[in-house]
Amino acid sequence: MLASLLQQGTPFLRPEVDFHALAPELVLTGAIVAVLLADLFTSESTRGIVPSVAGIGLLAALVPVLTLALDGADRAMFGGGYAVDNFALVLKAMFLLSGYVVVLLSTNYIAEGDYAEGEYYFLLLSSILGMTVMASARDLVSIFVALELLSIPAYMLAGWRKRDLHGNEAGVKYYLMGVFASAVMLYGMSLLYGLSGSTLLADIGASVAEGDGLGGTTPFITLGIVLVVVGFAFKVSAVPFHTWAPDTYEGAPTPITAFLSVLSKAAGFVALLQLILIAFVARDDVVEPLMWVLAAVTMTVGNLIALRQTNIVRMLAYSGVAQAGFMLAPLAVVGSNPVGAGRAVVTYLLIYAAMNLGAFAVVLAVARKTRSAEISSWGGLFEYAPGLTVLMTVFLFSLAGIPPLGGWLAKFVVFRALLQPDITAAGVVLAVVVGVNSVIALYYYANVANEMWMKPAPDGDVTPVRVPFSLAAALTISVVVTVAFGVSNLATRFGDLALFVPQ
Amino acid sequence: MHNNDFLTGWGLSLMVFLPLAGALVMMLIPKAEEQLIKVVALGSTLASAAFGIAMLADFDYGHGDQLQFVVNKSWIEVISSRYIVGLDGLSLPLVALTLLVTPLVIIYSWDHFPEPRNPKAFLILILVLHTGMLGSFVAQDLILFFVFFEVVLLPMYFMIGVWGGEERQYASIKFFLYTLFGSALMIVSFLAVFFAAGGETFSMAELAERIANPAQFHLAPVVLSTQVLIFGGMFMGFGIKVPMFPFHTWLPDAHTQAPTQGSVILAAVLLKLGTYGFIRVALFILPEAAVEWAPWIGLLAVIGIIYGALGCLAQTDMKRLIAFSSVAHMGFVMLGISSLTTFGLNAAVFGMVAHGLITGMLFFVAGSVKERFHTLEIKRLGGLLLQAPKMGWILGFCTMASLGLPGLAGFWGEFPAILSVYNPGAGLSEELFRAYMVIAAIGTVLAAGYLLWLLQRTAFGTPSEEFADEHIHDVHLTEWLAWAPMLVLILVLGVYPNLIFHVTDPVLTAMGDTFQALGK
Repeated sequence: MLASLLQQGTPFLRPEVDFHALAPELVLTGAIVAVLLADLFTSESTRGIVPSVAGIGLLAALVPVLTLALDGADRAMFGGGYAVDNFALVLKAMFLLSGYVVVLLSTNYIAEGDYAEGEYYFLLLSSILGMTVMASARDLVSIFVALELLSIPAYMLAGWRKRDLHGNEAGVKYYLMGVFASAVMLYGMSLLYGLSGSTLLADIGASVAEGDGLGGTTPFITLGIVLVVVGFAFKVSAVPFHTWAPDTYEGAPTPITAFLSVLSKAAGFVALLQLILIAFVARDDVVEPLMWVLAAVTMTVGNLIALRQTNIVRMLAYSGVAQAGFMLAPLAVVGSNPVGAGRAVVTYLLIYAAMNLGAFAVVLAVARKTRSAEISSWGGLFEYAPGLTVLMTVFLFSLAGIPPLGGWLAKFVVFRALLQPDITAAGVVLAVVVGVNSVIALYYYANVANEMWMKPAPDGDVTPVRVPFSLAAALTISVVVTVAFGVSNLATRFGDLALFVPQ
Repeated sequence: MHNNDFLTGWGLSLMVFLPLAGALVMMLIPKAEEQLIKVVALGSTLASAAFGIAMLADFDYGHGDQLQFVVNKSWIEVISSRYIVGLDGLSLPLVALTLLVTPLVIIYSWDHFPEPRNPKAFLILILVLHTGMLGSFVAQDLILFFVFFEVVLLPMYFMIGVWGGEERQYASIKFFLYTLFGSALMIVSFLAVFFAAGGETFSMAELAERIANPAQFHLAPVVLSTQVLIFGGMFMGFGIKVPMFPFHTWLPDAHTQAPTQGSVILAAVLLKLGTYGFIRVALFILPEAAVEWAPWIGLLAVIGIIYGALGCLAQTDMKRLIAFSSVAHMGFVMLGISSLTTFGLNAAVFGMVAHGLITGMLFFVAGSVKERFHTLEIKRLGGLLLQAPKMGWILGFCTMASLGLPGLAGFWGEFPAILSVYNPGAGLSEELFRAYMVIAAIGTVLAAGYLLWLLQRTAFGTPSEEFADEHIHDVHLTEWLAWAPMLVLILVLGVYPNLIFHVTDPVLTAMGDTFQALGK
């Protein structure tokens, strides 16, 4: 009977799988298995090789990304639902390299804490795998799968300090908020699927462009778009959906905070970019005002609350909220300038990853001595750790957008996108809001610099800070990239490369 | 016009980046090797100055209106920004001033490191500052200019914040926030002018051409109201840096709290970035908007002159008084600019150099007085001429130069600036500008008042009781070395002002002619 049924239906065709295109993900999957095995077959004393395996795995996954980039051909699979184009490659490379830096940040922190090392790196790599898939996902289902693959390990990692109340709060809050956001997003996705009859972003884009041609369904399309955007607004911690971020960031282990505030946020932006630029761009009457308000509110509220923080991790959390506002800003003019807006966001993401990871690396290094994340404990750092002080200064002022450090170029491309191609009132006003917010932000970044350079050490303890090798490597990578992005055309080059396959 | 090939290719870049290279080398030298650190710092500024002097010698003064030693290389091509540097009659005096002042500041620092010492960090910051200042004066691309313009912020922030006086933290953050606010608006207006001119280039010369002759580039002409708005953004950026009334309030705090070296560099060079930017960027690219703004610039300039002078009369602290006098003197520079005439612009550039030398010297003297008496409160000082006669005479010389005594440099910045607004260019209202002239002239009287009063209270009379028995060391060797070149130049420029007018006149004549044509 089964045989006759099969004969009746259309024959099942195995989808074409381009293994070269999938190679980064396959290598990463191999690395995940290797990490598990390494954990299984090492004793307590030799467990130090686990982070090395994870790091090598991430770098190995970069190799196929490079060969794909050299090959240059845009590849698409599964009817266009999974694409490997320049956009995907640039962001995969960013996720893998930033992931490597996070492994470097974690090495000593996890080894010295009483944590399960093998599982930690297993979850970390799984989450990064989700992100590399996200960069290629051009279909509602693959976006959702990628999102869950990157989020679920992150929920566990956020609550990793299980004996600490703050750690528990971090995990639970992040989990509940994340699941809630997923539900909202899924509802929006189901509306979009119901109206367009396809889960492919390109098809949805075509249906959305027709709009009223579907017969009075425009309000539902609008609702679907708004719900999906709101779902990702949670992910990128845009105001008013940011409330989980500070508590989660404070309670999570610091390397995971860096991971959440850089990679997880970037993954949210990658999904948003793909959804907006491919599927929603025809409805700029909905997307533009929504993004305008989200951007303006996010940067302003994030900055104002950051002003009042006394804990450096919370300060960086709110500064990350404000930075998300800056990244959302170009999307407010996406209708008239989709290419420029997309390039601006990608350029910003690349620069932001370098400088923010660097800032967290210094926080980790300093906390090894002070055992505190209070800004007041940073006094006198310039006396006993001048190198770390200079590095932190570079990262902070890069975040503030002072040339010639990377951050200025990030702000610059945002300004450029807002004023292109013709100068509109909405664009100019938002540009001025960005300008004013940059000045507000400088105040709290400079406040930390002030503490490090101009105040005495709070307890008079001026023994030097010992920086372990892996942290030093992370710091070196971050500072070189931050400065190089500021004085050269690298970041904008990558940003401009990151274009989709023409649909 | 033919410059030396090597200097054309490398001269400006080496001059700008050698100090930065010196700073990188110094980072590798251990903190304890103080002597070596000082030598490297001085050496790299002198090496940079050597290239500067070679270019001064090779500069074709007959063609001062053209950019020379131009390097035009691709930089961040996706935002259409290029590495364009060049030297013309407008940049040259200011580059020379910078090349002179920074080594002198390092020489002065030799045995005058402010607390908490740390010569390594202090000198590294000065070198980074040096690169930023030189770069701003030679950059011919708006983005490159912006980057250099901002590079000076951080070192100055730390210099005030770490090595400054009691209120240093407040002063440093105020300085930083004010200037950054101006910069944010400035970069938006740079972008606006970029897009208005077709969105293809940030080169200042090309932008000016595109705005002037849009048809030639197949562009729609930029509406005057847009130009006026864009000029407004630049006005904020440069006006805060100058500083113009009412954006001047950061200056007295920054100057008073900064260490001597910081004050000298701030007064001698940093403030000039603002006025230089006005001429080089705002006036040059948007001449039509400049005509619309000129009456307002003139108004703020004369308010600054009077307000600064009255502010001086009310000060009880010597350094704060000199700081307020900067507000007044930069008012004269801005007044010369607002006349939009060749004459006024020449006066303005001369005024920048003269103010740099004179006020720089005044801050040096104030620093040395503070070091000896541990106070700058005017009423506690007195009788400097008795206790340290040489220093007293130097202070007298500088105050005379500052109040515009003919025969010293200050005169040639102030007097022609006042004269130039008698006949403003570009069809500006004569009545209005003559009114400005009268007000500015009153400002010179007030200047004489506060400066002579300062001299009288600090240098004349007998030492106050608390210092009467103290031995006050007169001018040291390092002080002589640092001060002598500036004192000589104040005198030389006063006697032979053509030294600068000769350089600046060709390029400013071209600019003045543009405005003259607009007025018809």
